[in-house]
Amino acid sequence: MNLSKTQTFSRRSFLKTSALASGGILISFNLFTACKDHVEPPIDISQLNFNDFNAFIRISDEGKVTIFSPNPEIGQGVKTSMPMLIAEELDVPWEDVYVQQGKLDTKNYSRQMAGGSQSIRHGWEPLRQTGATAKQMLVNAAAAKWGVSASECKASLGVITNKKGEKLGYGDVVKEAALLKVPEDVKLKDPKDFTIIGKDISNVDIDEIITGKPLFGLDYKEEGLLYASVLRPPAFGQVLESFDDTDTKNVNGVIDVIKFGDKIAVLARNTWTAMKGKKALKALWKEGSKAESTEFHDAELLKILNGNKFKTRRKDGNVKKAFAEADKILERIYESPFLPHNCMEPMNFFAHVTEEKINLVGPIQTPKSTADRVAKLLERDISEVSLKMTRMGGGFGRRLYGDFALEAAEVSNLAKKPVKVVFSREDDMTAGTYRPATKYKIAASIKDGKLTGYHLKEACINRNMYGLIPNFFPAAAIENYQVDTANYKSNITTGAWRAPYTNFLASAEQSFFDELAEVLEVDRVQLHLDLLENVKNNPKPNIEYSPERLQGVIKMVVDTSNWGKTEAGVYQGFSVYYCHNTHVAEVADIIMENGNPVVKKVTCAVDCGIVVNPLGALNQIKGGVIDGIGHAMYGELTFKEGRPQSNNFNTYQLIRMGQTPQVDVHFVKSDIAPTGLGEPTLPPVGAAVANAIYKATGKRLTKQPYIHNMDLEKVVG
Amino acid sequence: MSTFNLKINNKKHTVEADADTPLLWVLRDQIDLVGTKYGCGIGQCGACTVHVDGHAMRSCLLPVSQAEGMNITTIEGLSENGNHPVQIAWKEIDVPQCGYCQSGQIMTASAFLNQNSNPSSSEIRDAMHGNICRCASYNSIEKAVKVAAEKIS
Repeated sequence: MNLSKTQTFSRRSFLKTSALASGGILISFNLFTACKDHVEPPIDISQLNFNDFNAFIRISDEGKVTIFSPNPEIGQGVKTSMPMLIAEELDVPWEDVYVQQGKLDTKNYSRQMAGGSQSIRHGWEPLRQTGATAKQMLVNAAAAKWGVSASECKASLGVITNKKGEKLGYGDVVKEAALLKVPEDVKLKDPKDFTIIGKDISNVDIDEIITGKPLFGLDYKEEGLLYASVLRPPAFGQVLESFDDTDTKNVNGVIDVIKFGDKIAVLARNTWTAMKGKKALKALWKEGSKAESTEFHDAELLKILNGNKFKTRRKDGNVKKAFAEADKILERIYESPFLPHNCMEPMNFFAHVTEEKINLVGPIQTPKSTADRVAKLLERDISEVSLKMTRMGGGFGRRLYGDFALEAAEVSNLAKKPVKVVFSREDDMTAGTYRPATKYKIAASIKDGKLTGYHLKEACINRNMYGLIPNFFPAAAIENYQVDTANYKSNITTGAWRAPYTNFLASAEQSFFDELAEVLEVDRVQLHLDLLENVKNNPKPNIEYSPERLQGVIKMVVDTSNWGKTEAGVYQGFSVYYCHNTHVAEVADIIMENGNPVVKKVTCAVDCGIVVNPLGALNQIKGGVIDGIGHAMYGELTFKEGRPQSNNFNTYQLIRMGQTPQVDVHFVKSDIAPTGLGEPTLPPVGAAVANAIYKATGKRLTKQPYIHNMDLEKVVG
Repeated sequence: MSTFNLKINNKKHTVEADADTPLLWVLRDQIDLVGTKYGCGIGQCGACTVHVDGHAMRSCLLPVSQAEGMNITTIEGLSENGNHPVQIAWKEIDVPQCGYCQSGQIMTASAFLNQNSNPSSSEIRDAMHGNICRCASYNSIEKAVKVAAEKIS
């Protein structure tokens, strides 16, 4: 088999601890970090009813297995797929597995965060090693009990057997196993022997979700909890001048009003009262820094694109010379707006700060850094902070930023009470950490009918594309290639939004290539296949993607989408992209209804290596495609004097069922180590749709949201 | 503050609340039925959908004072053991991603199928158009409603 990404794994990273006073056995395997002298158990020992086999696995005497899933669950499915990796190698029936969310535990877990579609890629080797090591220890314990060699014993589906046909369940030997030496050189299964990986496994929380059980941060409660609704500056750049809380204090049920920084928290026994109390606040705001508007951002970004102050991020050959010698140049500008994340569960967090400790509970993609920031803010030692993660009602990047957790901690510290900060939808949309507005200028030089140069310039609010992106396709495909970036620093908070930067960059580049193929008078699919041949022939490509795998998904999407052979009235657009270590090609089919384009179907070919959980993978892929269409078509947050111009779903359009195509997914069969799916199907779809609309209407769409390019009414609701 | 007598999931509840308090917050904060979700507070997203006398209704827009005397069903009371045909279909198709909007989706779908147990595709798409799923699990929701309809009819 071919494992492209083999991770080194040190036996020393397994660590044993002692037997417990309560009679149970606890062994913590410290999987990712070097050996330490002492490892705290990941759970409260006094509550231990099972035998904790390690930080990830607990096995009961009856053989039931609890697997702690270390990473936060935002809907990307890791609470199901990561335990699958352990269960596969531990070799237990999935029906006997119970999955529990692990809490923040920096000693036993590493990379305990959700972002960048990396959990499965990073967990692939170590999580399987965990399962395999535990299995070997159970086999060794059974062998010792029988007085036979371990090599004469086999384990499968939670049962160990010897040559005589005797059997012992995992639960029968777990206590003995936990005292054994940690084995070296544990062998992992051949992928052809997988019984759990590659099977359709339902979301582990499905029963709780469909019956409305408390799972999410907003559902979390504690005795004495107060709900806090926070008034924040209504415009970016404004600061608090003064406020009057007389009316708020007259709202029946309001318990306290607390000013912190430029914000005011209203505390009450229930959410509605806290929200009412906040509405009754009278606050005066003044300018702290420049109030910016969308027109201003547009002008600044265009000024940057048309100027010459850039940082060059990659330079192959001589773009300047290629353009000087060109007999034709294609140059286009592509534009995108700010986007809020709009997680369905608005931001919220629980904090209880006492003199002894700080308890934090809630939905967060970055538990470790958030706990660190709270400790720093309140000048407390990190050892006093505990953080429990709840299931999250969406993340999309917004919950990487712990601002809401810091607010909860600060308010709880001042109020000396357990507090849950709850954002209203309006708070959530107007106090965001937005996808920044971005513009690209892309130019191609053509000489004698051949593409000779490619020059991409990025102008973005606050920050620019991360370091790997200049090495994505089409890097190394064109002899003279240059990527330049520059930014305008704004006081509007911006950050990661599902597939940061590439979520629009792919739309821009893949729309550009569609037009470029037309100018070059070549087939758009063939143009990509040829460019990828160039990459294969490039002796020093310095790229992140695989040209072979991109060609593979292109061929697959052509074969499966009926490309070029559709019936009259159906218009197709093609797009291909690599990001987050996964290769994706998409074809959008649209029809025109009453002069409006309707996306009927998107065919999506995906190469993500081994598909760990096809059921979950399909959900991520289809969701990513439809999310991408929704935001490319409708998504937009504008500003007027620093104030966001949308604050709820009556003025901000998210895609709804009636606007969604069917997504037809095809996987490249592969035995390469798996890569993530939370993000990579979103970026290419904007261009697939734009390119299809071009075929139908003859109109090139370069500015998102595309709906503004059409003579369509903005439909809301 | 006033006292209100509510009938929720065939149980009587007496709550103290301001008359303008939306049923949503009474359910969540006072009666501990947190399966009904807050999404927008203005009836745009459908996350807070409950059944009122069998009809799908947005609990964020229904003041508690008007909910007296009505038969209210929340996701917790839709079935005894999570075995309503819509819930079973949701499980079979493995609809949820983050899962936050799904109780609202299920309540909308179950009320709709109660009125129309043999819907066409476009009827399903129209009926579910008012419920936002930010994870965009729409293909799966559509399929699950079809599967549930087959189970019911």
